[in-house]
Order: sequence, then structure tokens, then C-alpha cells
Amino acid sequence: MENKGVLVYGEMVEGKLSSSTLELLGCGRQLAEQLGCGLGCVVVGGEDQATSDVCTRGASKAYLAPAPDNVDTHMAVAAAAIEAAKPSVVLVAHAGFGRELGPRLAFRLGVAAATDCIDVKVDSDSGRVVLTKPVYGGNALADFVSDATPLIATVRPKAMAAADPTGAGECESIVLQVQPAEAVARVVERVEEKVEGIKLEDATTVVSGGRGTGGSAPFETILKELADVLHGAVGASRPPCDNGWAPESMHIGLTGKIVAPELYIAVAISGASQHMAGCSGSKTLVAINKDEEANIFREATYGVVGRFEDVVPAFTAKLRELLAD
Amino acid sequence: MSDLRLVVCCKQVLDPEAPPTAFKIDSSMRMTLPPDMKPVIGQYDEFALEAALRVRESVGGTITVISLGNGFVRDVIKKSLAVGSDELVLLEDAAFENSDSWTTAVALSRAIQKLDGFDVVFCGRQSSDWDAGQVGFGLAELLGVPVVTLARKVEAIDGTLRIEQVIPDGYQVVEVPMPAVVTVTSELGNLRYPVLKGIMAAAKKQPTIWKPEDLGLDPAEIGSSGRKLGLSKLYQPVKEARCEMIDGESPAEAGANLAIKLREAKVI
Repeated sequence: MENKGVLVYGEMVEGKLSSSTLELLGCGRQLAEQLGCGLGCVVVGGEDQATSDVCTRGASKAYLAPAPDNVDTHMAVAAAAIEAAKPSVVLVAHAGFGRELGPRLAFRLGVAAATDCIDVKVDSDSGRVVLTKPVYGGNALADFVSDATPLIATVRPKAMAAADPTGAGECESIVLQVQPAEAVARVVERVEEKVEGIKLEDATTVVSGGRGTGGSAPFETILKELADVLHGAVGASRPPCDNGWAPESMHIGLTGKIVAPELYIAVAISGASQHMAGCSGSKTLVAINKDEEANIFREATYGVVGRFEDVVPAFTAKLRELLAD
Repeated sequence: MSDLRLVVCCKQVLDPEAPPTAFKIDSSMRMTLPPDMKPVIGQYDEFALEAALRVRESVGGTITVISLGNGFVRDVIKKSLAVGSDELVLLEDAAFENSDSWTTAVALSRAIQKLDGFDVVFCGRQSSDWDAGQVGFGLAELLGVPVVTLARKVEAIDGTLRIEQVIPDGYQVVEVPMPAVVTVTSELGNLRYPVLKGIMAAAKKQPTIWKPEDLGLDPAEIGSSGRKLGLSKLYQPVKEARCEMIDGESPAEAGANLAIKLREAKVI
């Protein structure tokens, strides 16, 4: 029997479906409609509430399991759900354990996976599922297909629209019987920096500094003042983080955080593709750079050519004035 | 603890630091850079080399670099020897071209199994061309060993690896027994510069070349023939230049005008 159906691998965190789970459901629901098949959703860490939460968003089956504390147990949960649902497509968030779960599952099952997908859709001509992902550090896009089933896609956070609840549909709740796996790799210590103020991923305004800032001071002064006036957060491209001018937790880019704020202000950032991968979802992008040839000006909505030390303080002062009205 | 057998997987790629406008897709749907821009060893592969070098410095061992592809530029891939690795194995053949993560992992795992045992396989977290980030996981599955990813520090202590793994807003310490696969990220720190002695030694060393038949691989299981993921299109979306440049008599005035413009446009 041929595999048919879309399966989302989601999770409940602090009593709610995670934002990436809602995005996967949005993507999955659309895909299921295009394929003319059903949508199922695994919810780890979910209980009864999980079932109705996913079913009002288009899933007809909820597969429940306790939240795993290691990826090997996630593998067992995913394998059990795939065995039960026999899907043709599996969607996992490209974040945290998902970055490992997607590829490992593909190798375990002998099928294909594409990671960090920014789109998953059905090609109207061929009827095949096409996975789109940035490649060459964001300098190009690739469309991938596969004959192996199920096709596994890890999906970039914030790339897809979250599913809205549109009313209760038919729904079945299945509790997966899974033996937790003993983690061979054990976590013995965790060191987390307490990030002050607004989380980068949640901020509606982000002010980011690049290689041109030349040091850590601007992040603590000029950029922070601008972010404060706009009630935003401060971020950085990779060079300042590699140079120790800004902590890695501020890194926005292909291998850092992905943000999509209302307003993104790129200060002394060249606009290399790896960085754009982290902020291209921003609604309005403002670029300030002394080099008028910088790639960032091909990506921005508004730009100022000039040294950031000269432009930004005056920008901040005027904003303060205008916002005081 | 006896000397560790360390393996590092490296890939020769187009230079990811080339300016965005230099990347062009040719009529065979291949990404190209101008001929004067030399290929390089992938960025994250270099961090993997550095991780291996640090472990060898601390507890002793040998480093074998393995690379899969075709048409290697010898002095580019030999940088892995110049920085201090002990030997270089190239899986070089037309049959290895256009591999996906699956066929890459299959070929590399066979090569690793052909070595005289291994304690750690180091990989970059993702390649600088396809950015898939899968081969490290594939090697772990195919070799039947654990994998720890996003390593920013790797230490070998009494048969166990102690790894600092990057997590959002910090790191966690993970312990795993060897043999294991470790994928390395940029927070580990830059690859050291090759010293003259290393460059000269590397120039004299010849890499070992293995063909599919040396690894018991059928051409149908590797390269583009064995792929599980098909590339249907490679493209560069056209960006309309739509940046409104804000001016002023001075940079400061331009800054002030920018604020006014954003207010007018109701952005703030």
C-alpha cells in the first residue's frame, strides 16, 4: 500500500503548541489539500489539549507522546508515528532537535531529507512535492524532489505562516507506545546566558551591527541607544560574533538566529547572503553603510550611505524627538 | 589512553566568501565563480580540522583527512595536510560527482571503515555549497556510532569525549564514549595558519586515491546515480532594486532625514 498523507512532528511547550508547530501545521494543511490527503500531527509533550489544538487547525489525527529528553527517543516516537500514519511527507521544524531528527530519520529509513526548507509545495505540472531551500550560503535557491517515501523536510522557522484555528473537525487521538531510548551522549551541564530585555526572535524592531562596527563598544552604546528608542533588540552578523565583539546569542544569519521583525536596521553590515538568510523576512529593512556598493543596498527598502558613527546618533536623536509627540 | 585515530571529512567547494554578485548558474545548472576565484576547503570543515588538531595536541594521535569529489585542486585540498594532518585520502572519481547527502555519506562511511579503525570522525556542521548539514548524521547512522553536533569545544578524556555543544543563548556539556561522530561549528575558533614547515611537508606528501571499486561500491549506489534527493532546479531569484536612498547635506542630516522618512512611511 502506497504511503499517503502529511505528518507534522510538533511539540507542546508550556501548555501550548510551539510557534514552529503552528507554522508546520499551516504548511502541512495546505500541502494536504494540494495532495488530496489527510494531515496528521505528532505532539510530544502534549496531552488532551494538544488533540483539539491540532484538530482545529486541520489535522484529523493527533499522535501523542511524552516529551523526549534526547534525540534517540524522538527518533523512536517519529518512527512509531510514521509506522502508524504511513505518510508520504513528514515535516519537522529546522530548529533544536529537529535539525538532527530530520536527517537521522532519513538515513534510518533509507529515504531523502531536505533541510532548512523555506517552501514545501506541490508542483502543478508534475504533481510532485517540491522542497525549496537556500544553498550556496543563500546565494541561490534549490528545488528538490524525491521518489523515496516518506519525503522528510525540516522547515525554517518563520518561513511559513502559522495555521489559524478554523473550527473543530473530525479528530482521532492516538497515544504512541514508545520505549524511551537511553541517551548515549549525556548532557552533564548547561550554561545559559540570561539575555536581558526582549528576545531577538520576538522583537518587533532589531538593530544589527556588522564587521564595520569595528569593536564591541558600538553594540553597547550607539546601537543599544537606537534599539532602546525603538523598544527593540540588538543583533549582529557573524564577523562581530567571531571576533568576540558581540556574544553568539546575538548572531543573526544562516547558522544563527532567524528573525522577521517589522523593522530591521542593518548598521555597517555588508549584506552577505549568509546574513540575509537570517533577516530577509523582515517587513522593512533599513541599511546604513559607508560603502555605497555594499550588497545590503540591494536588499534594503531604505538606505543611507555614510559612516555609522555619523549617521546613527543623529538618526536616534531625531527618532527620539518624533516619537515623543 | 592510546593514541587516538582521528578522521576529518573535508570538501573542496566554491569560495563562500566570494561577493554575492560573482555567483552565477551556468547552462548545465551548475553554480560557478569566475576562474580567478580559487576553490577552498569548506568553512566548517576548517573548524573540524582545528578541532582534530587540538585533540591531537592534547592527547596524541593521528589525523586522516578524507575528501570526496572529482577534479581536486591539489594545493587547495592539501591545505589540510599543511596545517598538520598526517594523511590525506581522496575519493576522486567521476562516479562520485553530483552526490547528495546520502551518496556522500555512503562513500565516506566505506572509506572510514577501510581505515584501521577510528575513534572520532570530525565533520563541519554543514557544507559551504549545499548547506544540507546531513552527512555527519548519515555517517553516525551508517557507522552505528553516536553523534554530537554543533561542537564549540572538544576534549578527549579517558576514552570519553567531553564536548561543549552550542544551544540557543549558551552551551551545554555533553559526554559521549568513543567512537563517535562530532560536527563542529564556528564558535570553536579559526583554523590555524599553516607554517612553512607544514606547507613544505604537505607538498611532498602524496594523497592516497581510492576509487569506487577500492571501496566495494557500485557506481549505481554513489554520485548522481545513487542520489535519493533529486535537484530539479537551481536558481537565483531576481531582486528588484527597490532601495530608496536617503540623502542629506551631511551624514548626520541624512540620519535625521531617515527618521523623518520612516515616520512619513508609518514604519515607526
